[in-house]
Amino acid sequence: MIETLVVPLVKIAVLLVGILTAVAYLVLLERKVQAWVQVRLGPMRVGPHGLLQPVADVIKLIIKEDITPARADRWVYTLAPIIVLVPALVVFAVIPFGPETNVFGIRMPLHVADINVGLLYIVSIASLGIYGTILGGWASNSKYPLLASLRASAQLVSYEVAVTMTLVSMILMAGSLSMVEIVESQQARGLWFVFAQPLAFFIYFVGGLAETNRAPFDLPEAEQELTGGFHTEYSGIRFALFFLAEYANMIVIAAVATTLFFGGWLRPFPSVAALGLLDIVPGWIWFLLKTFVLLYVFLWVRATLPRYRYDQLMRLGWKVLIPLAIANVIVTAIAVVVL
Amino acid sequence: MTDPHPVTATRTPVQFDTDELVINMGPQHPSTHGVLRLILRLDGERVVDADVVIGYLHRGIEKLSESRDWTQIVLLTDRMDYVAAATNNLGYCETVEKLMGLEVPRRAQYIRTVLAELQRLASHLVWLGTHAMDIGAVTVFLYCLRERELVLDLFEEYCGARLTYNSRRVGGLPADLPVGWDRKVREFCDIVDQKIVDYEQLLTQNRIWLERTRDIGVISGADAIAMGFCGPPLRASGVMRDVRKDEPYAAYEEFAFDIPVGAAGDTYDRYLVRLEEFKQSTRIIRQALDGMPEGPVMGKVPRLIKPPAGETYHAIESPKGEIGFFIASDGKSLSPYRFRVRPPSFCNLQVLPKLVRGHLVADVVALIGTIDIVLGEVDR
Repeated sequence: MIETLVVPLVKIAVLLVGILTAVAYLVLLERKVQAWVQVRLGPMRVGPHGLLQPVADVIKLIIKEDITPARADRWVYTLAPIIVLVPALVVFAVIPFGPETNVFGIRMPLHVADINVGLLYIVSIASLGIYGTILGGWASNSKYPLLASLRASAQLVSYEVAVTMTLVSMILMAGSLSMVEIVESQQARGLWFVFAQPLAFFIYFVGGLAETNRAPFDLPEAEQELTGGFHTEYSGIRFALFFLAEYANMIVIAAVATTLFFGGWLRPFPSVAALGLLDIVPGWIWFLLKTFVLLYVFLWVRATLPRYRYDQLMRLGWKVLIPLAIANVIVTAIAVVVL
Repeated sequence: MTDPHPVTATRTPVQFDTDELVINMGPQHPSTHGVLRLILRLDGERVVDADVVIGYLHRGIEKLSESRDWTQIVLLTDRMDYVAAATNNLGYCETVEKLMGLEVPRRAQYIRTVLAELQRLASHLVWLGTHAMDIGAVTVFLYCLRERELVLDLFEEYCGARLTYNSRRVGGLPADLPVGWDRKVREFCDIVDQKIVDYEQLLTQNRIWLERTRDIGVISGADAIAMGFCGPPLRASGVMRDVRKDEPYAAYEEFAFDIPVGAAGDTYDRYLVRLEEFKQSTRIIRQALDGMPEGPVMGKVPRLIKPPAGETYHAIESPKGEIGFFIASDGKSLSPYRFRVRPPSFCNLQVLPKLVRGHLVADVVALIGTIDIVLGEVDR
């Protein structure tokens, strides 16, 4: 009873609360990092160094008036933010945060589910979020959001291809679709896959930036061009859902990258016995640390680069990243067979 | 607005609706630099045509000037190009001096030049920051405003104001330089020269920046002249025209400086030309400070300024381009009979529809940025 029902439910609850908190603080981190890069201070008023700013933001967004434009498609308009957010949260179910650990005397793996098609599950569920973007822009019945949602759909679909292709080469490396087995395979080889597949990581990361609509690929919400993008007409909590989803997606991309390329919960250089001292640090801390570093790079990139233009973005996706990703799959496949 | 759910009575064969999308950009839009309004006709994301609507900031400065006395108008000129108020003051004062045949002391001329070039730096910093921000590089904006703040501090120390300076008088200057001011200006010049390197590292060789600005909004030298382009955008098209060199005013004749000229006439060249102007401006400022003559800063001016009957036109090189003043005096009243400004922003803005045609929506904001307009000057 406890094993089958209570433990998973508790895990889900902890995960959800953890992720939503992480998202809220990621927003704060983004504002802080941007501010530091730009010689500013960032939020400083709410709590020490603005640490309570996320709480204030959430309260503000909840009590704001929730406006539905008169000419909007009411049902789709309401549904869109939900479609965006739910997949972003559900994906976390298969992400292994650590190896089997004793938690309050119960031995359990640190993931909600280890399904044998974990990676496939992530790819397919995460893609569902696009519908929310498209529908949200369309249902607003307004020109700027419509343009933005067209941009978003084109962008997400094309970068999805490149990212999935790199995942194929990772599957070839690990010989499994299960997230846990991918980490274990890195442990067995004593090698983080990023060192074996640097190109794949690069494509995955660039594609990840594009898929999460982050700079320099933040065209769907380019506020300088489209005044906010597909969520221009949204306000209050529904706007907040879009916002949450974007940051939750960033965490997904970073967490999946950690699992696939940076050895998940493994310590650095898992094969070097001399670094055995590092094993004192629990696996889940390594995992969170790596994810955090990747997220920091997301923010860093945003503070540094200008924005691509729509056609250039498509050209980069179709003419550079996808051919590279396919070539990478072929080379990997040959290498796996030969070696 | 087209109805996305057209009600059709009978089912006709599939026919794609290929209407052009008309969207309204501004006057409340994050990157129209004030209250510019563009009516864009789009084919997908490609701009078929653009219509520029102006006038949201019209305050009737020219008409107002005809009922103010000659000294009060200096203060009105501040409100035109509020990013480069000191240059406007200079243009107006020199025009009145020309009308009256007044001699301005040499020290005043030198200080005027320093102030004008400081103003050019400040204006270009605002331009670079906002232009880069429109293209998505937000950090550059904050770096640029950090340096601009230093210029504002210098102006504040000189005349007490940070934006609308009212810093010239007909016949000279309201005050001499504060003690130690020139040392601070020199320090500022060193800082700017250093920071330009930073900006260039962030942008000049940046792949994305190159792709966003190269071959965007190309205009040939001949077209640029025909459409009345002026200032850095004109020079970027390969036309050597700078009032500072061609018809020297203030003390520009006495300094050595180069006029950067572009070749391609695209957004990237306009960017490079302005970046080079930063370096030339600090060069001019240093020379002016080195050779600063002693003497009074106010010439012999009658207590009541009342130019003789006549009319004159005088232009100077503002950071945006050639700003000219046409003033007619009837010799009797205490205010101009006719007051008219040739504003560089206005003349440059009329080229915008030509520039944006055929480009994408994202380029529109880049092109608004590249011609460097200030709506206060466009509308007046």
